[in-house]
Amino acid sequence: MARRNTPEINAGSMADIAFLLLIFFLVTTTMDVDTGISRKLPEKQDPNIVPPVLKEKNVFEVNVNRNDEILVEGDTYMKVSELRAAAIKFIDNGGGTAADLQKADLSPCTWCGGDKDPASSDHPKKAIISLQSDRGTSYAMYISVQNELVGAYTDLRNIYANKKFGKGFKDLSVAEQKIIKKDIYPQIISEAEPTK
Amino acid sequence: MSKFQKKKKEMPAVNTASLPDIVFMLLFFFMVTTVMRETDLKIKKPSLPKADQVKKLEKKSLVSYIYVGKSKDDTPGDKIQLNDRISNVEDVQNFIFSERRKRSEEEIPLLTTSIKADIKVNVGTITDIKQQLRNVNALKINYSTLKGSALDNVK
Repeated sequence: MARRNTPEINAGSMADIAFLLLIFFLVTTTMDVDTGISRKLPEKQDPNIVPPVLKEKNVFEVNVNRNDEILVEGDTYMKVSELRAAAIKFIDNGGGTAADLQKADLSPCTWCGGDKDPASSDHPKKAIISLQSDRGTSYAMYISVQNELVGAYTDLRNIYANKKFGKGFKDLSVAEQKIIKKDIYPQIISEAEPTK
Repeated sequence: MSKFQKKKKEMPAVNTASLPDIVFMLLFFFMVTTVMRETDLKIKKPSLPKADQVKKLEKKSLVSYIYVGKSKDDTPGDKIQLNDRISNVEDVQNFIFSERRKRSEEEIPLLTTSIKADIKVNVGTITDIKQQLRNVNALKINYSTLKGSALDNVK
């Protein structure tokens, strides 16, 4: 008796099955990368601690009201698009003389490209940006302002990195980035409690 | 005449034997990269603001999400969604504690809270959340944004 060949399984529909699965995963897949502005919140303060006294010229005050209007330094009305340049001008001023900065163990800012205006900030390490918003401010405006202020620091760090190392801040090694972040242009953005 | 007709060859069929392999390869790619949404949105899908000073969130397992936006039936006020239900601001603390319980001790300082908020919410709501986060010492936050020019947010 001749042995019968076992019939082969028809694999023709395999592609169809795979296609079906493929389409299912194609539809359900979401490849969103999460990006955002990272910030660190300040730690909770002991209410008894007296806040250190700051010189007014070292504080860059940004107020955003409930109509999404920006007031800078208490007297200048500004658009978001102008904020970055103003912040850069303030941080990069470096107007402090050696005598002024001795108390804080700093030497005058040699890398600053600012106007050295004595009425503006002394040193990037002393320059503080204070952001005050209203509870009614829209989140869109809030993020835009935050973005511009962070952008001011990014721009300055990039300028410095290009001058000193000949490449952008992002291409520097971690150690070099750390130096810039800590000693050259530290990011000091303080957020005040919003007005009611 | 008939001589030529006889010479006409039939078109060879394209060999489709490797088609399943190709499709399977694609299938595996999508199976591996797919992330199924863990939580259903109970609020209206927040339209995120745009910004250009953005960082990528690196370790997704160390991120907890807080959604802020408007409710689906257009009742006024901002709604906060934690996990899969709409909650009060006070629940944020418990939410962070429960997120911490899921992770090991050494991962806790690395936990980041991502705030996915709609462009129309008020800063007051965000501030309340931040206050709650400060109370439980969850200080690393990330305002979730899309990539783009921040100047487009406000017209």
